Amino acid sequence: MSLRRWARAVRWYLRELTGEAEYDRYCERHRRHHPQAPVPTRREYDTLRTLHREEHPQGRCC
Amino acid sequence: MPTSAMPESGREVPEKSRMSPKSLAIWIAVALVGAIGWAVLALSRGEEISAVWLVVAALGSYAIAYRFYSRFIARRVLQVDDTRATPAERLEDGVDFHPTDRRVLFGHHFAAIAGAGPLVGPVLAAQMGYLPGTVWIIVGVIFAGAVQDMIVLFLSMRRDGKSLGQMARDEIGRVGGAAALIGVFAIMIILLAVLAMVVVNALAESAWGTFSVTMTIPIALFMGFYLRYLRPGRVVETSFIGVALLLLAILGGGWIQDSSLAEYFVWSPETLVFCLVGYGFVASVLPVWMLLAPRDYLSTFMKVGTIALMAVGVVVAAPTLKAESVTEFASTGTGPVFAGSLFPFLFITIACGALSGFHALVSSGTTPKLIQKESQVRLIGYGSMLTESFVAVMALIAACVLEPGLYYAMNSPAALLGPTVESASEAVRNLGFTITPDQLTAAAKAVEEQTLVGRSGGAPTLAVGMAEIFAGVFGGAGMKAFWYHFAIMFEALFILTTVDAGTRVGRFMLQDMLGNVWKPIGRVTWKPGIWITSALVVGAWGYFLYAGVTDPLGGIKQLFPLFGIANQLLAAVALAVTTTLLIKHGKLRWAWVTGIPLAWDVAVTFTAGWQKVFSDNPAIGFFALRDKYAAAIDKGELLPGATNMDDMHTIVLNNTVDGVIMAIFLLLVLTVLINCAVVCVRAVRSPVPLPTTEAPYVESRIDAPEQSDEPLVGAKS
Repeated sequence: MSLRRWARAVRWYLRELTGEAEYDRYCERHRRHHPQAPVPTRREYDTLRTLHREEHPQGRCC
Repeated sequence: MPTSAMPESGREVPEKSRMSPKSLAIWIAVALVGAIGWAVLALSRGEEISAVWLVVAALGSYAIAYRFYSRFIARRVLQVDDTRATPAERLEDGVDFHPTDRRVLFGHHFAAIAGAGPLVGPVLAAQMGYLPGTVWIIVGVIFAGAVQDMIVLFLSMRRDGKSLGQMARDEIGRVGGAAALIGVFAIMIILLAVLAMVVVNALAESAWGTFSVTMTIPIALFMGFYLRYLRPGRVVETSFIGVALLLLAILGGGWIQDSSLAEYFVWSPETLVFCLVGYGFVASVLPVWMLLAPRDYLSTFMKVGTIALMAVGVVVAAPTLKAESVTEFASTGTGPVFAGSLFPFLFITIACGALSGFHALVSSGTTPKLIQKESQVRLIGYGSMLTESFVAVMALIAACVLEPGLYYAMNSPAALLGPTVESASEAVRNLGFTITPDQLTAAAKAVEEQTLVGRSGGAPTLAVGMAEIFAGVFGGAGMKAFWYHFAIMFEALFILTTVDAGTRVGRFMLQDMLGNVWKPIGRVTWKPGIWITSALVVGAWGYFLYAGVTDPLGGIKQLFPLFGIANQLLAAVALAVTTTLLIKHGKLRWAWVTGIPLAWDVAVTFTAGWQKVFSDNPAIGFFALRDKYAAAIDKGELLPGATNMDDMHTIVLNNTVDGVIMAIFLLLVLTVLINCAVVCVRAVRSPVPLPTTEAPYVESRIDAPEQSDEPLVGAKS
C-alpha cells in the first residue's frame, strides 16, 4: 500500500474508533428514514449524543 | 505489536477437513518457536535470561490458542452462525445498535477492558519470581480469561445485549440475580478504592507527578469546551491537541519540580485522598461532555500508544530479567509485598491479566450490541483478552528487569522499611537481597523523585521498569526521569478515568436499587437524587481509600487481596452463569469449557477467602490479626507497625471491616453458585430443554466481511 492509502486507513480507523464518524452514519440513516426532514447539524447531533451518553454510562475496567 | 498474535483478520476458511501443507508447516513452526520460548524459561536455572523469551513464549502460545482453541469454541461449542442476524443488524437504530467493523470494535472493546489492573497485579506478583506469574498469565488467559470474555459476549449477543446481571436474573432466578447485582456493586466499590490508592501512592510527595496529573483536569475541560463550542464532533483533532498538551504537562512537571513552586504540589497522602474524593464527586455530577468524555478520549489514546511503545521497547531493548525465576516466597508465603503462598494468592494477585470478572460486564454491555457477524466474537472477545494478557506479560517484564533489592525496597510496607534509605537497605538485606543506601538514593535521583523507598502500589515500580526499558531505546539515561513520569501519568490517567466512569456506573446501579424502595431517587433526572447517590458511592469508596492510605500496616498489602478476590469472585459468577447457560442449551457435553475454569476459580477464590477470614495466621487472616492487636490493646502494648494506641485501634477496625466484607462477598457468590447448580441439575434432568431467553433466529441480510474482500480504506470515510 502506498503512503497515502496508509494515511487514509489510519484516519478512517481513528475516526471510527473515537466515534467521530458516527455523525456521518447518523445523517445517512436520517436521510434514508426521513427524506423530508432536515438533517440535524453537527452541533445538534453532538448535543443529542452527549445526552445519550449521560444516561448510559459505560464502565471502564480495572 | 500486541496484535501480532492474531492472524491478519478474523477470517474463517470455509469448512475444510484438512489444513493445507503450507499452513500446517507454518503452524508447526509457530508451535516450535513458542515451545523454544517455554523451554528456555523452564530450563534456565540461576542464570539471567532475556525478556524476549517471555515474549516469544507468550506470543507463540497466544497464536496457537487463537487459531485452534478459540476456533474450536466458536464452531463446536457455541456453533456461531453467520447466517443469523446479530442484534446490531436486527435492531439497528443508529445509536445503541449498529453493525460495526470488527477491527474498530476490537479497538473499542480492548480500550474498555484494558486498565490499570493488568499493569499492577503482575508487578506485585513478581514477588514470587517471573516464572509462576508468566505461566498463570498465559495459561490462565487461554483457558479461562479469554474463554469467559468470548462466551459471555456470545451469550449476551444472542440475548440482544443483555447485561450479566439481567442474564442471571432471567435464566437462573431472582435470588441468584439479586445476589449477583449486589455483589457487582460491592465489588466495584472495592475496585475503585484500591485503584485510587494506587494513584495516591504514586503521587504522594511528588511535585512532578502531582502537577502533571492535576493538569489533566484543565486539559480535559479545555478539550470538552473545544469539542462542544469550537469544533463540535472533531474528536480526533481534539485528542491530538490533548495529547500534545499532556506531553507538555509532563515536561512542565519537571520544570515545576526544580522551581520554587514545587512546595505547592508536594501533597501528603491524606490531602490527595480528599482531593480524589472531591474530584470523583464533581466528575460524576458534571455533564459528561465537560470532563468525562474528553478524559476518556485522552486515556484511550495514551493507553493504545503506550502499550504499543512498551511492546516495541521490550523487543528492541531486550532487557535481561534480574529477578529469580521462582523466589522462596512462592513456597514460604512470607513475602513482604503480599502475604500467603503461591496457591491461592498468586492467582488472586495477578487477577485481571489472566482472568477478570469485570470483563464480563463489558462483554455484556455495549460490545454485543455492535457485532456485525457472530463469528467475530472470536476476534473481539478472545482476541482482545489475549492482547490484555500480553500487556500483563509486559508489566511483569518491567518489574523483573529491576534489581530485586530495589523492587523490595519499593514494594514492602513502610512499617518494615523504616523511614530512611539506611533502614530500608537493612530491611531488604534481612529479606535476603542487597541494595546499598547509595544505590537507593541514586535510583530515586535518576527518576527525579525524592525517594523510592516504600512506594508500594505497583505503579511506581512499573514506571521505574518502563523508564529503564524506554530509556534503553529512546533517549538514553537522560530521558529516564521523563519516561518515569510519563508512565506515572499514563497509569494515573487510566485510573482516574476508571474512577470517573465507575462512580457514574455505581451511581446508576444505586439509583436503580434504591429506586425500588423509594421511587424519586431512581429518577435519573432528579438532581438531589443524583447528588445523594453520587455522594453515597464516592463516600463508600472514599472510606476504603482513606482507611487504606492511613493503614499503619500498608493499605496495598491489606486491601489488594480483597480487590483480587473480589475480581476473581465476579469471574466465578460469570463462569457459573455461562456454564449454566451452556447446559440449558443442551450442551452438557461441552460444559467443561467453562466448567473447568469455573472449578479452578472457585477453588482459588474460596481457598483465599476462607484463609483471609478463618486463618489463625495473623499475616493472612483478617480476624487473626484483629485478635492479635485487640489482645495487645488490652495489655496496653504496642505491636510492630503501630506507633501509638490510635494506630492499634485503626488496625483493629480496618481488619474487622475487611474481614466482614470478605465474608459477605463469599456468601453472595455462594448464593449465586448454589442457585446455578440447582438450575443445572434441573436442566440435565428435564426431558425437554428448559426455556431460555435467546432471541429467535432471523436470517441475516448483510454480507459477512469475509465474503466481500474490502480493503481497510474501502469503508466509507
